[in-house]
Amino acid sequence: MPATRSVNKQLSAAVVAAEKRLRHTRYGLLAPGILTIFVISIMPLSIVLVYSFLKPGDFGGVTWEFSTQAYLQLLFEEDIFDETLSFTTDYLEIFFRSVSLGVFTTIACLVVGFPTAYFIATQPPSRRNAWLFLITIPFWTNLLIRTYAMLLILRDQGVINLSLIKIGVIDRALPLLYTDFAVGLGLVYAYLPFMVLPIFASLEKLDFRLIEAGYDLYATRFKVLKRIIIPLAKPGIAAGCILVLIPSLGAFITPALLGGGKSLMIGNLINLQFGQARNWPFGSAIALVLMVLVMLSLLAYLRYGARKGGSSHG
Amino acid sequence: MAETASGKGMDLKYQPGFSQIAWFCIIVLYAPIAVLVLFSFNQNRSVTVWTEFSLDWYVKAAQNEGIQHAAWISLEVAFIAMVGSTILATMAALVTTRTPPYRGLNLAVAVINQPLMVPEVVTAVATLIFFAIIKKITGVTGIGYLIAAHTAFCVPFAYMPIRARLEDMDLSLEQAAADLYAPPFQVFRRVTLPLMMPGILAGAMLAFIVSLDDVIITLFVAGPGETTLPLYILGQIRRGVTPEINAVSTVFLGISVILVTLIFLFGTDKNKGKQ
Repeated sequence: MPATRSVNKQLSAAVVAAEKRLRHTRYGLLAPGILTIFVISIMPLSIVLVYSFLKPGDFGGVTWEFSTQAYLQLLFEEDIFDETLSFTTDYLEIFFRSVSLGVFTTIACLVVGFPTAYFIATQPPSRRNAWLFLITIPFWTNLLIRTYAMLLILRDQGVINLSLIKIGVIDRALPLLYTDFAVGLGLVYAYLPFMVLPIFASLEKLDFRLIEAGYDLYATRFKVLKRIIIPLAKPGIAAGCILVLIPSLGAFITPALLGGGKSLMIGNLINLQFGQARNWPFGSAIALVLMVLVMLSLLAYLRYGARKGGSSHG
Repeated sequence: MAETASGKGMDLKYQPGFSQIAWFCIIVLYAPIAVLVLFSFNQNRSVTVWTEFSLDWYVKAAQNEGIQHAAWISLEVAFIAMVGSTILATMAALVTTRTPPYRGLNLAVAVINQPLMVPEVVTAVATLIFFAIIKKITGVTGIGYLIAAHTAFCVPFAYMPIRARLEDMDLSLEQAAADLYAPPFQVFRRVTLPLMMPGILAGAMLAFIVSLDDVIITLFVAGPGETTLPLYILGQIRRGVTPEINAVSTVFLGISVILVTLIFLFGTDKNKGKQ
């Protein structure tokens, strides 16, 4: 008995060591990617970083004096009279809105985009091309014009409100426009093709014999979807999510048109600082915070990809 | 093959509700655009109440000097940016596919694709500050800055199809030409370049579309008198919607659709050649 136990102990120690080695290789392979992203994102942003620690110039631009005012401004408000700082959530609210709208957009695009991509991938080749073409067209058409089209649908005298009034469901226009709802809807509308195309790319090569094997082993349709199709489509899903999340976080046109002044996102805040507010250091600081959010998403994406590679062994 | 669909006529690929969602997806993507296009032909001033078919708003838009000027600026910028970025992208694609792997190759590819990973608004800020410094030092102003910015962010879009084409191309033709004592430049000019032309054309058209469509970087970088068509449309929308905007937008959409169709045809043509 004690002998078996010690063998067991040795075995488990060996397994732990092997796992550790595997993890090291994995991080070793991952490191260049992370490093690259760090370097290439930091190089053009270094100027922005420098500017964020300067004082604003009178008519835009900066004065070359070190200051952390831009970052303090994110959290604190300076009293005009006695120059005391008080905590403010004004900007935090905008950051929070951007992140939650970004996450919402990604999930909504995934929920609609995955079935669409799967449906297209299972079509016969001739029809598949037609579907792909229909998805590709919005991918490359002007985002501003598409958002304007959404504005025409959502506004008080828009298609939705006028038809609802006509059938008598409501007697006054619903305030659809200039809400978080409108911005979320606009973002989903804008970035849906970004989700469908990469998922399609990974499903296109799907080996349907695996699905057949699943059914042969008495899997239900849902189980086949959950245990076979979705795991095989994971690289495409991850790529689609990152392609939707990054532009959603930095969205400018959609909140500008559909959110009005009420539903601002980070992109609008940055534009405001470089435009009307003429506070370049503050604008630079906000741009850097946005960049940090994007880097965090990319790191999550890279880690996720690495973990996925490992799970196929277990 | 036939066995897969045996049993109770069960379709292996079927998943309940997926086709409905796909159709829903297409309707969501196209319904707003359809409304926009429809009301560009409305005789009335309203963009939601249909009265009668007319082309009045197109005529009005064509006669509008602001639109004419903006369209001209857009075309000028997009054309130069297209030529510049396509040349840069072609060179980059040749280096990244036709040379043996070297240290830093991946880094190079990542640098080229970097504009795709950074939110556009951040790139716009970085570009604005960078150009402001250059302007201060040199005192040079003008539309050159806008063109330079467009050229830079169009490179990855031009690069994608060119690289894809080069990776698909059979190396044996180039090797055969080299075996027949063609000097490297002749191999490139007589064999590689003609073969990669569909990729270059697709890349150039993508670069053109991307430049033509750009709002954010242009908004930050463009100086006075450099209003491109998207900036003009943005300004008009903020002032209130009119069917004139619909008319301009429809023309814009038409151009994009034609270019995307051409790119798509190049793509499918390539596949046919392979089969």
